[in-house]
Amino acid sequence: MSRPPAVEKARPDERAGGGGVESYFDTFKRRFRGGELGSLPVALGLVVVWLIFESLNENFLSPRNLSNLSVDIVGVGLISIGVVFVLLLGEIDLSVGSVSGLAAAAFAVLNVNQGMAEGPALLLAILCGTAVGAVQGFFFAKVGVPAFVVTLAGLLGWNGLMLYILGTSGTINLDDKGLLAGLTNFYFNDVAAAYGLAALGTAGYFLASYQDARRRRAAGVPSRPLSEIIVRTAVLAAITLAAAYVLNQFLGLPLALLIFLVILVGLDFVLRRTSYGRMIFALGGSVETARRTGLNVDLVRISVFMVSGTMAAMGGLFLASRVTSASQTSGSGNLLMDAIAAAVIGGTSMFGGRGRTWSALLGVLVIQSIASGVALMGIQTAVQFMITGGVLLIAVVIDSLSRRAQKSHGRV
Amino acid sequence: MSAPPLLALHGIFKRFGAVQALADVELEIHAGEVVALVGDNGAGKSTLVKVISGVAPADAGAVEWEGRSVQITRPHEARDLGIATVFQDLALCDNLDVVGNLFLGREIRRFGVLDEVEMERLTLGLLDTLAIRMPSVRLPVASLSGGQRQTVAISRSLLGEPKLLLLDEPTAALGIEQTAQVLDLVEQLRERGHGVLLISHNMGDVKAVADWIAVLRLGRNNGFFDVTTTSHEQIISSITGATDNAVTRRRAYEREVEL
Repeated sequence: MSRPPAVEKARPDERAGGGGVESYFDTFKRRFRGGELGSLPVALGLVVVWLIFESLNENFLSPRNLSNLSVDIVGVGLISIGVVFVLLLGEIDLSVGSVSGLAAAAFAVLNVNQGMAEGPALLLAILCGTAVGAVQGFFFAKVGVPAFVVTLAGLLGWNGLMLYILGTSGTINLDDKGLLAGLTNFYFNDVAAAYGLAALGTAGYFLASYQDARRRRAAGVPSRPLSEIIVRTAVLAAITLAAAYVLNQFLGLPLALLIFLVILVGLDFVLRRTSYGRMIFALGGSVETARRTGLNVDLVRISVFMVSGTMAAMGGLFLASRVTSASQTSGSGNLLMDAIAAAVIGGTSMFGGRGRTWSALLGVLVIQSIASGVALMGIQTAVQFMITGGVLLIAVVIDSLSRRAQKSHGRV
Repeated sequence: MSAPPLLALHGIFKRFGAVQALADVELEIHAGEVVALVGDNGAGKSTLVKVISGVAPADAGAVEWEGRSVQITRPHEARDLGIATVFQDLALCDNLDVVGNLFLGREIRRFGVLDEVEMERLTLGLLDTLAIRMPSVRLPVASLSGGQRQTVAISRSLLGEPKLLLLDEPTAALGIEQTAQVLDLVEQLRERGHGVLLISHNMGDVKAVADWIAVLRLGRNNGFFDVTTTSHEQIISSITGATDNAVTRRRAYEREVEL
């Protein structure tokens, strides 16, 4: 097969095509030196955390604990996805904790106190988060107040609003057989559900990669060799089938996890494969460039804060679902810090322009694993905070070092 | 010349607060010509580029594009006419790869989804016709060298098939070999029939590739010269505003030595 000269000239190092292990290694080395580590450090970190806790307490990797873990991550994880969007702009949203509490309170008041049906109440509560994001985004993008300050005001303000609408009762209990409670306590007991999802995800990945490689070959641009696609698919299949097996040992596939994964994949697609996502990355790289290119900077900024608010509201509803109540402590405590830490630990840069929604999943898995392991062993939360703080520090150090590597690699 | 100029500016004025950045500026650029725009710091070169590219529209004055009168008040209006600008700071997104930067703001979509394959194919094709070598078009541009970044920025401006390119100090931050690459590229642009407005501080570069030299001084025109028939001294003295007396001549001479 002869390729057009353009390819050979532009990428002499990739001509080998099916060069197998060696070319993977080369690519990895180049990425490593260029500061493009992606999610490798956090994946390794997660394995280490799991091995340590399993060696300390054999119940840690039990199906029951892992299944609970998979539901526990959803609330914070959803909030963290929104944080990833904001971090990609190089900004921060400190209000997500308060917004999540506000959404839970709004749902509780609408549903329990006002007697609205659960469906509309759920929708309104989520839209409440979207609206909050729009307001904050407006002040940031149009008025020019730093996002840090706007959302700090939001942190206080929305928390106050939540306390106000909860009124004197303080805690509102939700229907523990209702729709909202079902979000986190419904499991697909049929083993086919979990395996089916794993198979579907793997097959989808394979077909998409294969199709992409075929189009690339047809267009004469460098493509992934089939062997690499097969290896990647095999790894993905192993992980997802193992997860499905473990989940089926307990109650089956949790609905919450399914929703989380669908949102995760959907927003990952938006970020990487749409013009809108490209705009977000561009803004994170250089606002001035984005503006000169003619992108609507203000609109993208506002919309990103709307995404963040929406995801915070959804996360808050899942957290409320877990405890089937909304109270004055909803959305307080460590929630905000956990959501931001999860995004950063997962490999999303605090400096903007680098990150993926998957980092929310990996990061929140690390944080919740530590929390769960510590709780299982009956150690104080003090230790949990210290460990999580240490992990966060390591993640930020890796981020900074890889940025530096990128700069020096730039030979500019 | 029979064909009307690609771009003609008449009586351009631009004021920033108390500063009159441009006053009554005239400029003509024809297709297939490289016009160098030179002048001292603060002479208004970059302001003129901003006026033409629509980033900072003129306060007063007439703009003619291929013989007809036009208004350029926004960047996309300039782009729609066929004017592409490469700014001094290149305006690249360091975190995006070469393909992402080239197609930023005009991504090719297929069923509403980014068509990375087609964009990569066009990128490789474009780089090949310009004889530009890149380690990989999928690396973030942060990891490219200064010359490579410059060529990425120029290639990006070529994607829209522009008729006129504005290059703001394209060689300012480059080493000798990289400068040569960029100048080669400018000559290629002329051969392909593009009009080029090249802003430069470097007389050597200007002499090497330009056909005409337009001099700005304190926001006003201060001469339009044919490169082949004009001496170095003449250009320098119109840049510095040296008139014909011993003191200013000496200054101009010293400047030339410096350069």
